[in-house]
Amino acid sequence: MPFAMFASSTDTVLMTTAVDAVLQRYGARREALVQILREVQDQTRWLSRAVIERVAAGIGLTPAIVEGVASFYRFMHLRPVGHYHLQWSDNITDRMRGSRALAQDLCRRLQVESGALSADALVSVDFTSCTGLGDQGPALLVNQHQVLTRMDSSRVRELAELVRARVPVADWPSEWLRVDDQVCRRDVLLGAAAMQGQAMRAMLARGAEATLAEVVTSRLRGRGGAGFGTGRKWTLCREAPTPPGGARVVVCNADEGEPGTFKDRVLLTRQADAVFEGMTVAARVLGARQGLLYLRGEYRYLLESLQAVLTQRRAQGLLGARILDTDGFDFDIAIHVGAGAYVCGEESALIESLEGKRGTPRIRPPFPVEQGYLGQPTVVNNVETFCASAHIALQGGAWWARMGTPDSSGTKLHSVSGDCERPGVYEYPFGVTIAQILHDCGASSTQAVQVGGPSGVCLAVPEFDRRICFEDVPTAGAFMVFDRSRDMFEVAHSFSQFFAHESCGFCTPCRVGTKLVLRRMDKLAAGFGSLFDEVELRELEALMHGTTHCGLGAGATNALRDTLARFRPAYEQRLQSPVFTPGFDLDAELEPARRVTGRDDARAHLERQG
Amino acid sequence: MNHFMLDGNTVPFRDGDTLMDAAGRAGHYVAHLCWQPTLGQSGSCRLCTVKVDGRLTTACTTRAASGQVVENNTPELNAKRLLLTQMLFVEGNHFCPSCEKSGDCLLQATAYDLGMTEPRFDEFYPRRPVDASHPNMWLDLNRCILCKLCVRASHEVDGKDVFAIGGHGINTHLIVNAPSGRLGDSAFAASDFAASVCPVGAILPKRRGFVVPIGERRFDRAPVSAQAQAPEERDDERS
Repeated sequence: MPFAMFASSTDTVLMTTAVDAVLQRYGARREALVQILREVQDQTRWLSRAVIERVAAGIGLTPAIVEGVASFYRFMHLRPVGHYHLQWSDNITDRMRGSRALAQDLCRRLQVESGALSADALVSVDFTSCTGLGDQGPALLVNQHQVLTRMDSSRVRELAELVRARVPVADWPSEWLRVDDQVCRRDVLLGAAAMQGQAMRAMLARGAEATLAEVVTSRLRGRGGAGFGTGRKWTLCREAPTPPGGARVVVCNADEGEPGTFKDRVLLTRQADAVFEGMTVAARVLGARQGLLYLRGEYRYLLESLQAVLTQRRAQGLLGARILDTDGFDFDIAIHVGAGAYVCGEESALIESLEGKRGTPRIRPPFPVEQGYLGQPTVVNNVETFCASAHIALQGGAWWARMGTPDSSGTKLHSVSGDCERPGVYEYPFGVTIAQILHDCGASSTQAVQVGGPSGVCLAVPEFDRRICFEDVPTAGAFMVFDRSRDMFEVAHSFSQFFAHESCGFCTPCRVGTKLVLRRMDKLAAGFGSLFDEVELRELEALMHGTTHCGLGAGATNALRDTLARFRPAYEQRLQSPVFTPGFDLDAELEPARRVTGRDDARAHLERQG
Repeated sequence: MNHFMLDGNTVPFRDGDTLMDAAGRAGHYVAHLCWQPTLGQSGSCRLCTVKVDGRLTTACTTRAASGQVVENNTPELNAKRLLLTQMLFVEGNHFCPSCEKSGDCLLQATAYDLGMTEPRFDEFYPRRPVDASHPNMWLDLNRCILCKLCVRASHEVDGKDVFAIGGHGINTHLIVNAPSGRLGDSAFAASDFAASVCPVGAILPKRRGFVVPIGERRFDRAPVSAQAQAPEERDDERS
């Protein structure tokens, strides 16, 4: 019964009913295309040509454009996937906990090749970029909806049996689906009681303009990584002219895709009210009526609870028309679920995605604060930024500015994972040292820390007294710990795989460069590296800094640069010859000739170099 | 009159001009593959990377402003352009000697101009189809460099949206809007602007070979950098 729907491709009636119902729900609006495709696929499992054509006709787009959008997102399938589509989170921290071997074991038990569909169409097993569960991996994403945490060999064994017995996911052990917040250190954001309109009342009492002044005074900087002044961003948006019939828009970036980052997941779980309240404060400051929260597809399982918070806030008069009985204070928030594209964390790509397009970063200027969502001035802020904004509206800018360092006020959440005893979310005032966090999370024999994810920086022991703040080591929130047993080349190699997988493909240096870097790293990993490869990697690294269209490509080789500088021995042991090594095993290539001639003596082999 | 400095030359510009627009009109060559004066900007090939007041940016997407100091024809920037061009060569399958576009190809001409003598990187040798379904036009995706000029031309000028971009990363590819995905089943016509805008040999007319002999073709006559004022490049009006 659970697999009856659309099991057969001839079931066009059900397909058209499903497509038409979703189209109707979204008024067939072009900007809802990503949502429409996602929700149709929830029912049809994959997007057949017939689905693409029907959606295209319903919206009034060409099928090629719809296919172009669908094929951009990793979570949309133009080929069938299994009734159970199982994707292993493939961050380095998952791998360190044995995810690759578990994935292999699962494939063996289910008799399916990784990335392929089983013959009976029951199951497909694949890898996906970090799913934001680095503190409780290895993690597995099921049908791009549910998440399984803490996978191990016994769970894999049971999982294979449940899948083969076609047991619905709802009947799987609930323990497997448990996601813990693992808050290990609280400060003003994580330690706060639930926000139930206090910030908005404080804001209304103070006035919108004075509240903006408080945000400016707070010196709050964006928590997504770039650190742009929040007060300045709001001011620029407030001053930008709106197009005829348009208004300003508030967007919350909950596309937490940077591998090793999961602090927004915890905020959305524990402090969703504060996040929505921050958005509402921004809306009042900007005069915005529309709010959008872009939830990464990997966090789909949070959608219902977030919707429930929104519903409750509407019932409490904290959202909707005449908020807190205030004339002209009308604002509501809709949640847009992403579909697996790291680049959509870039704010202009995120807006493109919100508009139902491929998530290609825009040419800037104009910046989103001038022309963002549907050409309207748009503020895009990170989950944590909105959360902080709510507290600033409540307690004032001076209160926030007293915490942290001169250029980095307030607190910052860190997603701590990797080799430590207590992985989880840690909130510290800015200025905390790397060593302090390592001590608090119970890390020992630490070799390196990757701060800010693959596009951040990799630091070695002599730098552990450096401080986390925009003046020294900036971060978007990831803190991955590697002890001395880890091979830092493998860390860099996995990050190069990540960027090659997540490049949007728009510009030459990123599209081709990330692939060239990966091919070189693969070559080193296979043991065919030479000094020439290192020279070439350095050249690619230099080129990609500065010539790419957006920050994804510009940061794609950061880990390569850092590990080459700090952990060169990890590379050296893979550079077999100091002069030249071919890109393949010459001796192995002679094997067919040896077979044909029936020889295997020493003279039928090349002399091994080195 | 507003103007900026380009490699020491004063370049006047009109309101709304990009650096590329103004430089081109003034007869200065800035390397490019995805830019065309009559179509909307893309900024994807990155060949026109220049330094504006010391910062790297693309000339085709940067608005001209008074007083800008722009570096263009410098060894440092040309070295970057050479690498970008080599990337495009290894990404696709570019066999110049057997290509009808040879001598008229902007990719080939740019490579020559930058002094490219070898592909440098390992070729990817992707498997890409040749679409011969259209009665009058070839579509050879082996040569496509994803400049999207055909996408924009078909959308902005022809009003047909025959092409779109699909996929992501290294698998980004051109899509033909047709039930079969083939050019012959699309609304494409040889008279479309999109049929003549391809800078490489990905979209070519059928039954037309060696009409102009090798050696007498556009970029055989003079390097691309010496042709900044050629009518094809200077034309400000949509044809």
